[in-house]
Amino acid sequence: MLPKTFRHASWPSPEVVLYWLAFTWVEMETDLGSSAGGGDLSSRGFGCSLRHFACEQNLLSRPDGSASFLQGDTSVLVGVYGPAEVKVSKEIFNKATLEVILKPKIGLPGVAEKSRERLIRNTCEAVVLGTLHPRTSITIVLQIVSDAGSLLACCLNAACLALVDAGVPMRALFCGVTCALDPDGGLVLDPTTKQEKEARAILTFALDSTEQKLLMSTTKGLYSVAEFQQCLAAAQHASHHIFRFYRDSLQRRYSKS
Amino acid sequence: MAAAPIPGSGPRVARTMLGQVVLPGEELLLPESAGPGAEGSAEQTLRLGSVVRPRARVVCGPGLRRCGDRLLVTKCGRLRHKEPGGGGGGGGGVYWVDSQQKRYVPVKGDHVIGIVTAKSGDLFKVDVGGSEPASLSYLAFEGATKRNRPNVQVGDLIYGQFVVANKDMEPEMVCIDSNGRANGMGVIGQDGLLFKVTLGLIRKLLAPECEIIQEIGKLYPLEIVFGMNGRIWVKARTIQQTLILANVLEACEHMTTEQRKQIFSRLSES
Repeated sequence: MLPKTFRHASWPSPEVVLYWLAFTWVEMETDLGSSAGGGDLSSRGFGCSLRHFACEQNLLSRPDGSASFLQGDTSVLVGVYGPAEVKVSKEIFNKATLEVILKPKIGLPGVAEKSRERLIRNTCEAVVLGTLHPRTSITIVLQIVSDAGSLLACCLNAACLALVDAGVPMRALFCGVTCALDPDGGLVLDPTTKQEKEARAILTFALDSTEQKLLMSTTKGLYSVAEFQQCLAAAQHASHHIFRFYRDSLQRRYSKS
Repeated sequence: MAAAPIPGSGPRVARTMLGQVVLPGEELLLPESAGPGAEGSAEQTLRLGSVVRPRARVVCGPGLRRCGDRLLVTKCGRLRHKEPGGGGGGGGGVYWVDSQQKRYVPVKGDHVIGIVTAKSGDLFKVDVGGSEPASLSYLAFEGATKRNRPNVQVGDLIYGQFVVANKDMEPEMVCIDSNGRANGMGVIGQDGLLFKVTLGLIRKLLAPECEIIQEIGKLYPLEIVFGMNGRIWVKARTIQQTLILANVLEACEHMTTEQRKQIFSRLSES
């Protein structure tokens, strides 16, 4: 479970209960293996399933939008600020400046974090309608709470929900899916750290919600073109479930008002 | 066995989606008003550039955008619709998305509460919570002349209206209406409490015949100012009452009507 972030330390008693009821806490379990039916995916014997998903939105009071996303034991907390004031040196005259900051669980951000920041920023730039807010900055701050595999995918999902929460105009939603290829050719979706270590190759995709088109892909390891296509197809299939989860959790958030 | 239905896949008719949650990237269809180009089908995508213009004028509000001849959602929230004022109701009117965001984006004509952050020559810089501070001329107050400057200090609260607000220009505020009257605008007095809520709550509170406001008015005598930028200034007789009001208003957002009634009855008893 996530550490609950309290908005007000001292709050009169009757309100505080009501206030906490307001937060949406949505959980879902997806199993692609069973629902895939007789499609291509199961006939190839992927038997893949995504881990347990959970998300909470609007849990921080200071940022304009925030979300925490859990995929199994991987958890990321995101705050989005924007459209806010921008430094003159970073100002872009015809669109918003997008900044992504990835904070590791311990220590200072290194090369790996900077690389992930860039990947996340490029993905977000593809979907955020920056031209509607020129000369402003949109800052996305991601805090890794725990890493148990598929971290980049989790970061992407969390960033998307936080952007939605902040009300940043977007072309479409996006999600991240990580696939791992076993040494014996099997495909694992949403791998854990152990599965990632054993894998021959790890592929992470970012997909949009309108046409499930590829926004970003990053890979590590050896794989063939056919395997890449196979992974992409699996990721696209999995993205349906993630987007359905997004819809459920957002609907629950708005059901209160 | 088809894969699970993709959320947001395929355009949906805007009418059937009213009051429901829409997500960014979804496409909406508007029922074409009975025009000659209506090819037999009841629903068609909104065609803007086509030769046959739909008779009903459709206005895209916040959270929606036009892309070519399509109507796309850009924000998450509930889809709302308002019939055109002139009657008729032939499929036109305003569509918008009611989202619960916290960040304010200046809109022309909005009444907001700002904080004076700087005085420079004949301009004040006012922080309204947008991406850049708004400018406010010292002449834009009731009765202000070159000789008779308004008494505005850095840190004061200003209730004003936007006269210039677009994405490319610095927003500009005034504290007078078109007749030169203050009309309630100007510097907000001493004391009181300023707090921030989501923009959705402000819109709810400012809606005509809002129950919350009527109930709150019965509770204590109070002075209250709502800024469309999510700021509320409230002042009651005592600090305790002010704090209670602020907490109740803040909590109102996520309460159901019954919960709210309960709280109000408990407060009026004590």
